Amino acid sequence: MTEAAGTMKSVVGAGVLALAGFGLAGNSLAASIDFGYLSLSRDDRYHEDRIYARNLAQGEGEPEPGLAVALRESRFNAKAAGVELGEKQARAKDGKGLVEALERLSGEGTRYFLIDAPGPVVAEVAAAVKGRDLLLFNISAHDDALRQELCQANLLHTVPSHAMRADAMAQYLVSKKWRSVLLLRGPLAEDALIAKAFERSAKRFGIKIEATRDFILSNDPRERDQGNVGLLTSNADYDVVFVADSDGEFARSVPYRTVRPRPVVGAEGLVATGWHWSWERNGAPQLNSRFERKAKARMGEAGWAAWMAAKTVVEAMQRTGGADFGKIRDYLLGPEITIDGFKGHRLSFRSWNHQLRQPMLLATHNAVIERAPIQGFMHQTNTLDTLGFDQRESQCKF
Amino acid sequence: MSLVKAGALVLSLACCGVAGAKDSGRVFVSSEKDHAVTVLDGKSLEVVKVIDTGERPRHMQFSPDRKTLYVVASDSGRIDLIDVDTLAVTKSIDVGEDPEAFDVGIDGMRFYISMEEDAAISVIDIASGEQVAEIEVGEEPEGVRVSPDGKTVYATSEVASMVHVIDAATNEIRSNITVGNRPRRFAVTPDGSEVWVTSELAGEVTILDGKTDRIKGTIPFKPKGFRNEDVTPVGIVMTRDGATAYVTLGRANHVAVVDVAKREIEDYILVGRRAWGATLSRDEKTLYVVNGLSDDLSIVDTGKRRVLKSVPVGRVPYGVVVDD
Repeated sequence: MTEAAGTMKSVVGAGVLALAGFGLAGNSLAASIDFGYLSLSRDDRYHEDRIYARNLAQGEGEPEPGLAVALRESRFNAKAAGVELGEKQARAKDGKGLVEALERLSGEGTRYFLIDAPGPVVAEVAAAVKGRDLLLFNISAHDDALRQELCQANLLHTVPSHAMRADAMAQYLVSKKWRSVLLLRGPLAEDALIAKAFERSAKRFGIKIEATRDFILSNDPRERDQGNVGLLTSNADYDVVFVADSDGEFARSVPYRTVRPRPVVGAEGLVATGWHWSWERNGAPQLNSRFERKAKARMGEAGWAAWMAAKTVVEAMQRTGGADFGKIRDYLLGPEITIDGFKGHRLSFRSWNHQLRQPMLLATHNAVIERAPIQGFMHQTNTLDTLGFDQRESQCKF
Repeated sequence: MSLVKAGALVLSLACCGVAGAKDSGRVFVSSEKDHAVTVLDGKSLEVVKVIDTGERPRHMQFSPDRKTLYVVASDSGRIDLIDVDTLAVTKSIDVGEDPEAFDVGIDGMRFYISMEEDAAISVIDIASGEQVAEIEVGEEPEGVRVSPDGKTVYATSEVASMVHVIDAATNEIRSNITVGNRPRRFAVTPDGSEVWVTSELAGEVTILDGKTDRIKGTIPFKPKGFRNEDVTPVGIVMTRDGATAYVTLGRANHVAVVDVAKREIEDYILVGRRAWGATLSRDEKTLYVVNGLSDDLSIVDTGKRRVLKSVPVGRVPYGVVVDD
């Protein structure tokens, strides 16, 4: 994809299949559903240094192939519903540029948009189209604010929030009786958000944060108390070290350098994520294999969220039998929908903030150790709502 | 290793409290991670032989004359033919990448195979090993079932949430029926009038009309004490008279006993962890269930509706058949 190349369109589900006797009478005029894919020309989250280091906190590359995989695997459903699925990609250097791209695509009839950008950019783009008859899917920003005070009805989140990740981790720690935590917090704005989310989860599930220490990436001897893992992890007693590090570069140097022989979690060691390539149940190997063939990289959380976004629309299209936007939106956000995320639960959107409720995977570099919600964490209506902002905690007002 | 012909074994399941059982023979279990089929003596349930197959053996069925056992070896892209007498692989038929499940046409001439990677049903002439036709279907096809009159082939697509109804004469799709999410496997009433399909994620069985290709009803499963997400029906087997269906409920670790005519769940029988594959003995007094997460085989007395014995088998058992 070339930068600022406007849009590219690939049509999936057109004439590839010989489907004689398909029973499509009355659907000869195919309706279409296009997905606009908006991303930044330069996004530091996909900087080659980060991808190279394979930080657990990061995906393994851009998530766009997830959308392509979803469209390809939905061609049969589309054909049966008499709908053509398409993808239109646009890049821009900032939120303003993405809004312009969105408007252009919207003018061409696109009503479903996936946005791959950091939280502040997602907020900017979403705010520009508030109240409009379109659906914007956040596929990679974890910011809790987007689900709380900055929420809006046409902004849906298939990627888990920081709160969901932190709750999943907290459930795991409690299930292991590792209730005492040393929190290491990085200097970035997002690091503070991760730490804040973990503090909320710790309180929610009864974990004690023994100490919070700020780290920086530095070899400067004058700053060694903040740059040296040994010093950062001494003079405290704890069961586990939680590293709040959105970048991941510091976190990867923490395991085995702690003063005490304690597990490292959060951004390294064990992470809570919406997807991991080593998940082997619920059809995951087939999905991973389709993604890997397309992307030449392994599927990560954002790749899954991109795939999932299109799949939720396809599910609503199939069950409502067409491309009517209003019907699809209502079904998509309604209580009847069963979304198959290849994680074993029946997924759906939370009515109070339009976050996709979903299980979380607790993964090391090459294995999924546990899936949350963990057995024993109960909820009166849906155990998935033990992860993230439940209705009574919601500050979202549409 | 026993080379006694299965038919010559005079076995009874006395050990298991099933009175009057006869002609009971060997039990075959495919194990996805062992690349082997484990053969158990039907009486002692001791391992008679472990037959090496292609990689990742999954679905198994006998030929109509029951002399040959067909085993899909998914990761080797082939079907292995096992001589039921000698317990040796006599032939392998290459069928393409990632076959999962299949059925045999009623004349015994053709395989209808779900090809998971290609999203297709492949029709293979068994004698020549040649492909007769390939029918494109939704992503991740799984269960395949030929109707009792041989004229129709049913196939599920797990991802498209569809049952594809294929005309066996033309090898073309006659209809696509949207069913509950993640449809898996079939059972068909003896007269072909009802086609039952399990939906793993929806936690239900959808009943299709075999003549009109329309949905006639659904049966949701809600065993007590299990979360919705753990009720994942996959395997299904029906008695020959079409009166009773047994549905394995996956993570709910139970088998549901269903009155087919009334569409009523009569009972839930506790088995092992993640129960999938199931089969009935010829006398239908014994139900065999393989449990993918506890690596064992549950032997169920269908009269008493309880497990008589659990036998360890290979790693991640997928399917079970009985040569009786």
